[in-house]
Amino acid sequence: MDVEKYIASGILELYVAGTLSDQENLEVVAYAKEYQEIHDEIIAIEASVLELTARSSKLQPYPFTTLKNQLEGQKDNKVVSMQKEKKPWISYLGWAASVLFAIGLFWTYNQNQELKSELEVVSDANLRLENQIADSDTSLEKTQALLNALRAKEIEVITLGGQAVSPDSYAKAYWNKTEEKVFIDAKGLPEPPDGFVYQVWSLKLSPTLTPTSIGILDTFNEDENKVFVLNNTNNSEAFGITLEPTGGSDSPNLEQLYTLGAVSAT
Amino acid sequence: MRLFLFLASNWFYMTLDKLVEGFKKRDMAAFEKLYAMYAENICGVISTIVKNDDRAQEICQDVFVKIWNNAESYNASKGRFFTWILNIARNAAIDEIRSKSYKNEKKNLSAEYFVSILEQPEEVSERMDSKQLKRLLLNLKEKCVQLIELLYYRGYTQKEAAEELDIPVGTIKTRNRSCISQLRENMIVK
Repeated sequence: MDVEKYIASGILELYVAGTLSDQENLEVVAYAKEYQEIHDEIIAIEASVLELTARSSKLQPYPFTTLKNQLEGQKDNKVVSMQKEKKPWISYLGWAASVLFAIGLFWTYNQNQELKSELEVVSDANLRLENQIADSDTSLEKTQALLNALRAKEIEVITLGGQAVSPDSYAKAYWNKTEEKVFIDAKGLPEPPDGFVYQVWSLKLSPTLTPTSIGILDTFNEDENKVFVLNNTNNSEAFGITLEPTGGSDSPNLEQLYTLGAVSAT
Repeated sequence: MRLFLFLASNWFYMTLDKLVEGFKKRDMAAFEKLYAMYAENICGVISTIVKNDDRAQEICQDVFVKIWNNAESYNASKGRFFTWILNIARNAAIDEIRSKSYKNEKKNLSAEYFVSILEQPEEVSERMDSKQLKRLLLNLKEKCVQLIELLYYRGYTQKEAAEELDIPVGTIKTRNRSCISQLRENMIVK
C-alpha cells in the first residue's frame, strides 16, 4: 500500500471529523495500527483541530468538581430512593417491636413487684392473725386454769370490802390452804396513782394485829383480768390491801387501807 | 526538538489510551484528566454553534454527563475518543438551536462562520479568543474556514458540505486536507 498517497487523499482528516462510514473507520484504524506514519498523521491532524476548537471561544468550562457533584448526585439519588422504599418495613417494624417489648417487660416487672408487696402484706396479716390466735389460746388456757383453780374444792372465798379511803372499792381473795396459794381478784380497785402500788397483807388478829406482806400487785395496770396469784404460807385470819409507794413497804400504811376482809371462822 | 516533541506526543497518546480504558471502567480520576484535556474544546465547539455562553456552559456540562453515562458505548475501533465526544457535543448543540426556546429568542439561524467574525473589529468579537484564532487561521481562504466549520463544528457530511459551499463532492476531501495542512503550518509558526 502507498502510505503517502493514502495520507494525501485527505481521508484521515475526515476520520478525525467523524464523517466516514463505519466501514471506512475500521479500515483507518487497521492501517493506523499497521503503519506508524498513518498513526502519527492522525494524531497531528487531531492536534490541529484541538488547537482550533480550544481557541474558538473564550468560554471557560465549569470546574470538574461541578460535573463530579452532578454525577455523584445522580448516583446518590438512585441509592436514596431505593433506601426510602425499603426503610419503613424493616427498621420501623423493628423499632416498634422493641418498644412494645420494652413496654411489656416494664409492665410485667411492675405487676411482679405489686404481687410481691401484696404477698408481703398478706403474709404479715397472716402472721399477726396466727399470733392473735396463739395469744387467744394462751389466754383461754390461762382463764380455764384460773377458773379450775377457783372452782377447787379447797378454795375459801373471802370478800374484801371497801374502807374509809375508798368505800366503793372491793376485792376478793380465793385461798387454797392446801396449795398455800391466794388468788386476789382486784377488779374492784381503782388504778393506783403514779409512784404507788397495791400491797396485799395477811393479817393475824389475835393476840395482836400482825400484818405480813404476801405480795405486791406491781403488774396491776398491765394485767387485764386483774387476778393475781400469791403464795401464802400463813395461817391468815384476814386479808387487807393498802396503797404503798412503789416497791412496797415493810409495814402497811393503814391510812391507805383500801379493802379488808376476814376469813370466816371454821 | 522534533524528536522530543515526537516522543512527548507518543507518551501523551499512550497515556490517552490508558485514560480512555480507565474511563470506560468508570474511573472518576481518569475522567477528570480527560475533562481537563477536552472540556475547553468541547465547550468551544458548543459555544460556536449556540452563541450563548450561559447556555453553552450548561449544555457542555450535560454533554460530559452524557459521555460519562454512556462510557461503555465508546468503541475505539470506530474512531478517536475526541471524535466520539465531539459528535455528542455537536448533536447536543444542534438540538439546542433547533429547539423551540432557542427559536423563540429569534436567534439568527443562518450559518455564521468564523470568517465573518474575524472580519469584525477585535473589540466587537467578545466571545472569541480572536487574536489567537486569527493567527491560527492566517492565510486560510474563506472557503477553507467555512469548510472546517461545517465538517468539524457542525458535523456536515461531505455531500452536505459540498452543497452548502457549492463545490463538487469529490474535491471536499483534498480541499479539507489542504485547509488543515495550512492550520498545522500556522501552529508550527506560532
